[in-house]
Amino acid sequence: MDTLINIPTMAELSAKGEQPDILFWVGCAGSYDERAQRITRAFAKILKHVGIKFAVLGTEEACTGDPAKRAGNEFLFQMQAMGNIEVLNGYAIKKIVTACPHCFNTIKNEYPVLGGHYEVIHHTQLIADLIAEGKLVAEGGAFKGKKISFHDPCYLGRGNGVYEAPRKALEQLDADLVELKRCKSNGLCCGAGGAQMFKEPEPGKKDVNVERMEDVLEAKADIVAVGCPFCMTMMNDGVKHVEKEQEITVLDIAEITARANGLL
Amino acid sequence: MLAQIVFTLVFIVAVALFTVQVRKIIRNIRLGKNICRNDRKAERWTTMARVAMGQSKMMVRPVAGLMHLFVYLGFVIINLEVLEIVLDGIFGTHRLFAFMGGFYSFLIGSFEILALLVLLGVLVFLARRLVVRLKRFSGVEMKAWPKSDAIYILLIEVLLMTAFLTMNAADYQLQSRLYGHYIQAGAFPVSQFLSPLLPSSTEALVFIERFCWWFHIIGILAFLNYLPISKHFHILLAFPNTWYSNLNPKGHFSNMQSVSNEVKAMLDPSFTPPPADPDAKFGAKDVVDLNWVQLMNAYTCTECGRCTSVCPANITGKLLSPRKIMMDTRDRLEELGKAKDKNGASYHDGKALLDDYISREEIWACTTCNACVEACPVNIDPLSIILDLRRYAVMEESNVPNSLSAMFANVENNAAPWKYAPADRLNWAQGDWSKE
Repeated sequence: MDTLINIPTMAELSAKGEQPDILFWVGCAGSYDERAQRITRAFAKILKHVGIKFAVLGTEEACTGDPAKRAGNEFLFQMQAMGNIEVLNGYAIKKIVTACPHCFNTIKNEYPVLGGHYEVIHHTQLIADLIAEGKLVAEGGAFKGKKISFHDPCYLGRGNGVYEAPRKALEQLDADLVELKRCKSNGLCCGAGGAQMFKEPEPGKKDVNVERMEDVLEAKADIVAVGCPFCMTMMNDGVKHVEKEQEITVLDIAEITARANGLL
Repeated sequence: MLAQIVFTLVFIVAVALFTVQVRKIIRNIRLGKNICRNDRKAERWTTMARVAMGQSKMMVRPVAGLMHLFVYLGFVIINLEVLEIVLDGIFGTHRLFAFMGGFYSFLIGSFEILALLVLLGVLVFLARRLVVRLKRFSGVEMKAWPKSDAIYILLIEVLLMTAFLTMNAADYQLQSRLYGHYIQAGAFPVSQFLSPLLPSSTEALVFIERFCWWFHIIGILAFLNYLPISKHFHILLAFPNTWYSNLNPKGHFSNMQSVSNEVKAMLDPSFTPPPADPDAKFGAKDVVDLNWVQLMNAYTCTECGRCTSVCPANITGKLLSPRKIMMDTRDRLEELGKAKDKNGASYHDGKALLDDYISREEIWACTTCNACVEACPVNIDPLSIILDLRRYAVMEESNVPNSLSAMFANVENNAAPWKYAPADRLNWAQGDWSKE
């Protein structure tokens, strides 16, 4: 492998007259947030490893408008959406994968009425498919005997009914999957959705991610598996709040899969 | 004969009063904006069959679900008996359907068992509210009327079921004495055990049978007129409410066509938007800015609090309670409807849902996680109301928490909610991370 991993952009591919099999929509958190960048790189390694021809938009990607829409700013949302749709349609994109449930939900559900029609999948769905096809192994290794709990992202689970794909990606790890008390359709939010990520919470007894830690501690999880960069931030802050950084690790499904395949 | 006339008059007046009340509620619901929810009809019928008739979402909480199933089946099935009671009242007959013979015995027998199960359910519900005091039945919005309303409903049901069983117990005794018109009809698997408790004189038994008959049917007619002012109205609205459910994925928030027109006009000068309604607002300030399905949601809410008990904001002590959003919407709509009754249809009292009922602190505490929507046993959508109030605050007033204005500015200027340069978007791929 080269010391520098080349990530193809749509502009480069298009200049060569090529089309990718799938566009990797990185998202703002995956692009800028230091912790989430590691998720992005882990997922890019998986895509490289299985030989899927992919590309990113790079500097042509812009916020999907999700936080603006959830906060009630429909103008800003539609400005963002229409700009992105113009870029995506310009490259004749058909299929999109993203590691962010917010981007996933917005592009999948809210872009069609504005003229953006794509097949959109979440990265845990792609990973589950690749495991099923035998292209990714998911052997225990580092995870053997560990207790792993999956925290459902609202916009993947309740928002779009995807509960099984992330669990499929964890099932074959030889690890001990322990469901959190509030899981699947009854999952408790991490506290970041609806643009809460970008503001201080209203006065209350405690923060939502601290409440969520009670479920994590009760499940005695060694690893909290997440599928959303915002959940990642909130769960990490929660673990710090309960001072369990030594005992509990928060990892994205992409990072777990990459590690199980010797890519990390 | 006099009894027949009295009964018929009471029945007509009760149904007429109920109709007047229901028409007011329909008028109020129609104050909402239009929304098309007539598509995908097959899916709508199955949703209604599964969620309302099949009680599918009630069973998520097994104890409450099972007890509610008893009360629900009792309500639906014992109403067949009410039909006979009404016809008997009008025609002065006794057990008009007795000609059905064995099937009639089966029906009456099942009604008795159901009545007993209803009593069990209702007593469990009373215990949960008065003895166990479940947290979900408290909360700021559950003081005064909503608190007593729930207890009144349960007590009325205890009285109605007790009257029904006592009436049958007396009838059973009279039948065994072959007294007068008390022909042998029906089976009494429950009330036969009550009958030894009754006095032995035939006159007293006839009095008890008649008293309970009148008490039961007048109670039902009075209860009918109690429904429209009570949370118990859900027994009717649950059906249309689930039929008109939002069938899109829960993460899919409604598109605002009015905004699309303006944005398209900004991006493409040759695009001519259709003329905008000068009175239209972006989002909702008051109930009339919401759509009629949201207003029907408000009248359907039975204040069970499953939404609030799973709301992350509420669990962590914030002011937001999705149940209160629905109750406020209903209370405000009732207030506006009454003001219009008094002062004419075009009257507006100058109050609004936002600020007069629902505070800013409540709407900004929502994480849009959809837990409330998922939890509602009759598919009410409190989140859509919260979003419409936010839309008004943002797009009509520019009145948002400062940190959110900063986020908006970042999205607008840097194409990301944080202040990073768009040129740095691919920085994550730089450097050597092959060994990471």
